[in-house]
Amino acid sequence: MIAFVLRRLASAVPTLFIVVTISFFLMRFAPGGPFNLERPLPPATMENLVRTYQLDQPLWRQYATYVSNAVTGDFGPSYVYKDNSVAELIGKGLPYSMELGFYALLLALIGGVAMGTVAALRQNSALDFGIMSLATVGTTVPNFVVGPVLTLIFAIVLSWLPAGGWGDGSLRFLILPMIALALPQLAVFARLTRGSMIEALHADHIRTVRAYGLPSRVVVVTHAMRGAMLPVVSYLAPCAAALLTGSAVVETIFTIPGVGRYFVLGAINRDYTLVMGTVILIAIFVIVFNLLVDILYGLLDPRVRHD
Amino acid sequence: MAETNETILAIRELKVNFTTPDGTVNAVKGIDLDVRAGETLAVVGESGSGKSQTMMGIMGLLARNGAVTGSAMYRGKELIGVPPAELNKVRGAKVTMIFQEPMTSLDPLYPIGRQIAEPIVHHRGGSYKEARKRVLELLELVGIPEPARRIDSYPHELSGGQRQRVMIAMALANDPDILIADEPTTALDVTIQAQILKLLRSLQERFGMAIVLITHDLGIVRHFAERVAVMRRGEVVEQGATADIFDRPTSDYTKMLLAAEPHGRKAPPSDAAPIILEGRDVVVDYRIGGGLFSGGASTFRAVDRVTVRLREGQTIGIVGESGSGKSTLGRALLRLVHSEGRYRFGSTDISGFDRSRMRPLRKAMQLVFQDPYGSLSPRQTVGEIITEGLLVHEPELGKAERDRRAIAALSEVGLDPDARNRYPHEFSGGQRQRIAIARAMILKPKVVILDEPTSALDRSVQGQVIELLRSLQRSHQLSYVFISHDLSVVKAMSDYVVVMKDGRIVEEGETDSIFEAPANAYTKSLIGAAFNI
Amino acid sequence: MTDIAANPLNEPPKTVSRSLFQLALIRFRRNRAAMAGCVTLLLIALFSFLGPLFVPHTYDQVFPSYVTIPPSLQPRPDVSTLQEVMDGVAARARVKLEAFRVEGQAFTATISSDEPIDPRATRYFDRANEFRDTKVEATENDGRVLKLSGQVNREYFPFGTDSNGRDLLARVMLGGQISIAVGLLASLVSLGIGVLYGATSGYIGGRVDNVMMRFVEILYSLPFVFLVVVLVVFFGRSFVLIFLVIGAVEWLDMARIVRGQTLALKRREFVGAAQALGLTDWQIIRRHIIPNTIGPVIVFVTVVVPKVILLESFLSFLGLGVQAPLTSWGALISEGANNIQSAPWLLIFPSIFFVATLFSLNFVGDGLRDAFDPKDR
Repeated sequence: MIAFVLRRLASAVPTLFIVVTISFFLMRFAPGGPFNLERPLPPATMENLVRTYQLDQPLWRQYATYVSNAVTGDFGPSYVYKDNSVAELIGKGLPYSMELGFYALLLALIGGVAMGTVAALRQNSALDFGIMSLATVGTTVPNFVVGPVLTLIFAIVLSWLPAGGWGDGSLRFLILPMIALALPQLAVFARLTRGSMIEALHADHIRTVRAYGLPSRVVVVTHAMRGAMLPVVSYLAPCAAALLTGSAVVETIFTIPGVGRYFVLGAINRDYTLVMGTVILIAIFVIVFNLLVDILYGLLDPRVRHD
Repeated sequence: MAETNETILAIRELKVNFTTPDGTVNAVKGIDLDVRAGETLAVVGESGSGKSQTMMGIMGLLARNGAVTGSAMYRGKELIGVPPAELNKVRGAKVTMIFQEPMTSLDPLYPIGRQIAEPIVHHRGGSYKEARKRVLELLELVGIPEPARRIDSYPHELSGGQRQRVMIAMALANDPDILIADEPTTALDVTIQAQILKLLRSLQERFGMAIVLITHDLGIVRHFAERVAVMRRGEVVEQGATADIFDRPTSDYTKMLLAAEPHGRKAPPSDAAPIILEGRDVVVDYRIGGGLFSGGASTFRAVDRVTVRLREGQTIGIVGESGSGKSTLGRALLRLVHSEGRYRFGSTDISGFDRSRMRPLRKAMQLVFQDPYGSLSPRQTVGEIITEGLLVHEPELGKAERDRRAIAALSEVGLDPDARNRYPHEFSGGQRQRIAIARAMILKPKVVILDEPTSALDRSVQGQVIELLRSLQRSHQLSYVFISHDLSVVKAMSDYVVVMKDGRIVEEGETDSIFEAPANAYTKSLIGAAFNI
Repeated sequence: MTDIAANPLNEPPKTVSRSLFQLALIRFRRNRAAMAGCVTLLLIALFSFLGPLFVPHTYDQVFPSYVTIPPSLQPRPDVSTLQEVMDGVAARARVKLEAFRVEGQAFTATISSDEPIDPRATRYFDRANEFRDTKVEATENDGRVLKLSGQVNREYFPFGTDSNGRDLLARVMLGGQISIAVGLLASLVSLGIGVLYGATSGYIGGRVDNVMMRFVEILYSLPFVFLVVVLVVFFGRSFVLIFLVIGAVEWLDMARIVRGQTLALKRREFVGAAQALGLTDWQIIRRHIIPNTIGPVIVFVTVVVPKVILLESFLSFLGLGVQAPLTSWGALISEGANNIQSAPWLLIFPSIFFVATLFSLNFVGDGLRDAFDPKDR
């Protein structure tokens, strides 16, 4: 098991390296720069800035400097939020995004799996239809519609919940953004669970346990559910990585000080180091969660055990 | 074996219907059957006869769109239309079942010991720990080696035969009255098949349960069953004692089935016939595993230094069980897989030929596959399918000429030429195999490799396809390599037989000498398994 | 040797010969939800593309006097407003308004004065924004009473207007054109790249497949929204670029699906038969692999189109979509979300069309999947 983890982590290094390289050069070859503002800076200031941030160096040297610094955890200063380093910005924002994302993930996973299972067991009933319609709403209505609508209803009309902000971090502040963040993923989990559950219920080995007179609770929970969870578990990795690293849309609508906004802001402002920082952050999350999910998968399915 | 004549399962007026978007399908049309204590009843039929659906209906295992009506009384207890809790008292305890696909019938996520214990714990109470002893006994009983170690294995760690033994152990766990075996050996190799049947028989002698054997294989029925019910299109056309049915069949359908066993022989080619296709020291290695960056790839030798010489007009039968390398050898002879060795076609040395140099020769060397469903592209019309080779090899032909050739080829294989405007899914298995043969014949080949061409077909259709292949061979002086696991078909087709095991030839010789005086132990067990179970 | 399962399609030939595609079409037609989805899509497409011909306003026409007015089926200005305006005009012309009636786009008015009225007084009427072509119809009482008639400038804004005074109806139509066009074109781009890439990779297999899929994996591990944002920010924001960029990102899934299909197809015997017939790799891909992946691919396209529309709207929400005065549903929704308290209709109307489109695509997709893959689902 340990060997497997180490091997996987080792194979992640080249992937991460390639991601960093592609992002770095992709950004640099694009026109514009962090200091090309709408009102041009005086040439002297510009020159000064460029020298300070070593943007006058040859590209390969900048790249080499960046990579060697990044290895030590130094992702450079932000070009736009000049008082902060990228590491500081991410360090400040990440806990907010992760807490919100964690609740959203929990809601999406538990709610989605429960709804999908019920829909599969009552296939083609009114309940199934209702759940699937809700799932369709979840996948088709983007969260920048859901967010404002939730705010309008619960914060403005009913005044039950705050319209945004983190406040003291209590649940009241988290409910609306959590729902907006979780709904699309909940819909995916519900659809996925329903589909794989129906398929599992049709499997030959389910026919076997039915032929041996086991009660349907055992058939469903012990045999069908476990097999049906495999695709759900696979989807957990990209979903968790996406939710925990924050959403630009939800954090903007609910004014949450997370990291989700950074890559959009960074990209718009051509804040090279901030963009690189968020890319690396997301890539690391993806890699780590893929690994965790693979281990979990191995525990669920004896056919892919990693010894 | 049957000590009493008491009827323990009485099936009356049983109907099974399936509602599909394209209409209702009457799979079983009101049949009556009796199962008596301790007897073996074989329910025989070809695909679509409703033999499996009858039993699935009784056991409450139909697909969602299936519905069963009528009556099935097990010792006075109705099984049809009762609530699942009621049915669950009988199934798995008094009436148990084993299935055709041992590969998928067990849950891949649990150890086999636990799966065998499940019905015990459920029907008799107690804990899994207590059941463990009984499970070990059962594994021992069904002949799983090292039961103490195997009890914690997962299904994927067992072979197909072993999984079927595990299923049998599960079926015996609660000392059933009736064991329903739905094509229990169809997915297994012949030698394993014989072992499983022998096991079932010995268990029946020990425990005295009745066995309902659902099968399409008359050979098994003859040696195994006391009574037979012949089913066709959802109806029982004939039932009675096995000996009576085999000796004095009354219905035309049963007569036809019995006559469909392949027979007859082919005239051997003259000794002077030149060699048309030769593969010397053929070796095929497959690379297994290994990614782009990770090493760890190993090779698996599928064919190990095999030499085959095919004469003009000759048929060589290649016999072996799954994994023996017989199909790979066929493809290697056609240079369709990467292989080593020396190859000749006629007088040409084709050893070093790459794909583009082989292309002109492909016209003369054709291949017919086992699965008539998989070997025809579902998106092309039959006409497009069979004329595809002409586009490659005779591109100068016009559309009208190609169509003329298609008509000729279809008539030759006994199909209506109108078939060329239709799609493969509109044809039965036997008709599809004829289309596949037409696709090969339209190119006027010299050599045809037949890879299990009859294995996926019903017996009655099998005979017709063999007859067709023999007549085509006569009229076109074709040379065949006939690959099959089915010895009776090989016997009817071949002049010369090659027996393969694990990639090597274990024995070869004239058909008569191989079948009448096999020298090798493996050949003997194969023939024993096939002809006198 | 399975018994007949639930598939009577395997029965011996019927008189009418139908390809699998035709059979799928027949099954699809029987699916009510999917057919309703088709009809809705068609209506929305007609609305978006032909609607502008029937709306007098263009999408960029600004009405400074009608900023952020709520939707109404009544023409603007309404009669009471016109009455006020007319009173004002009469006061300025120093005449007395005896009667005033509005009928559709025309008005009639009777004015009187103690002195004979100069007919040039009609100029006062035309000077108001609301009225034009004022004519004297009749003169009574020695010119002390004039009967006037003329045209009223009345505008219909059934969807209301936005904060710049532009007709939301026209803008929703334009937004529909752009969203639908981006959705379709980007899906086509991803389809083209994905099918070719996936089929090639899957068919050739081995080392080539390994390298090609490794490349896809690397692109996957790039945060994909990031990629789009970076591409759009750095390479400009033209309409063409947006769908190229989205398409270029979306092809990854398509490539994986087609590759999976191809790997499965490659093991099918009809591909083996084609090799034995001597077809070249390219002929096999073209004649056998691609036609047989069409079913899953069509189904997948119905998933990609809404995804692309969502992605485009997401970009618009972030302010990276098409630039004003052009717009898309996503841009309109984002505008509406910002004005949700003062002008909820700005969110509601584009959302209705947007959600209806995505819903319909969903039903059509489900219907197609059932039609191409007729299992008991």
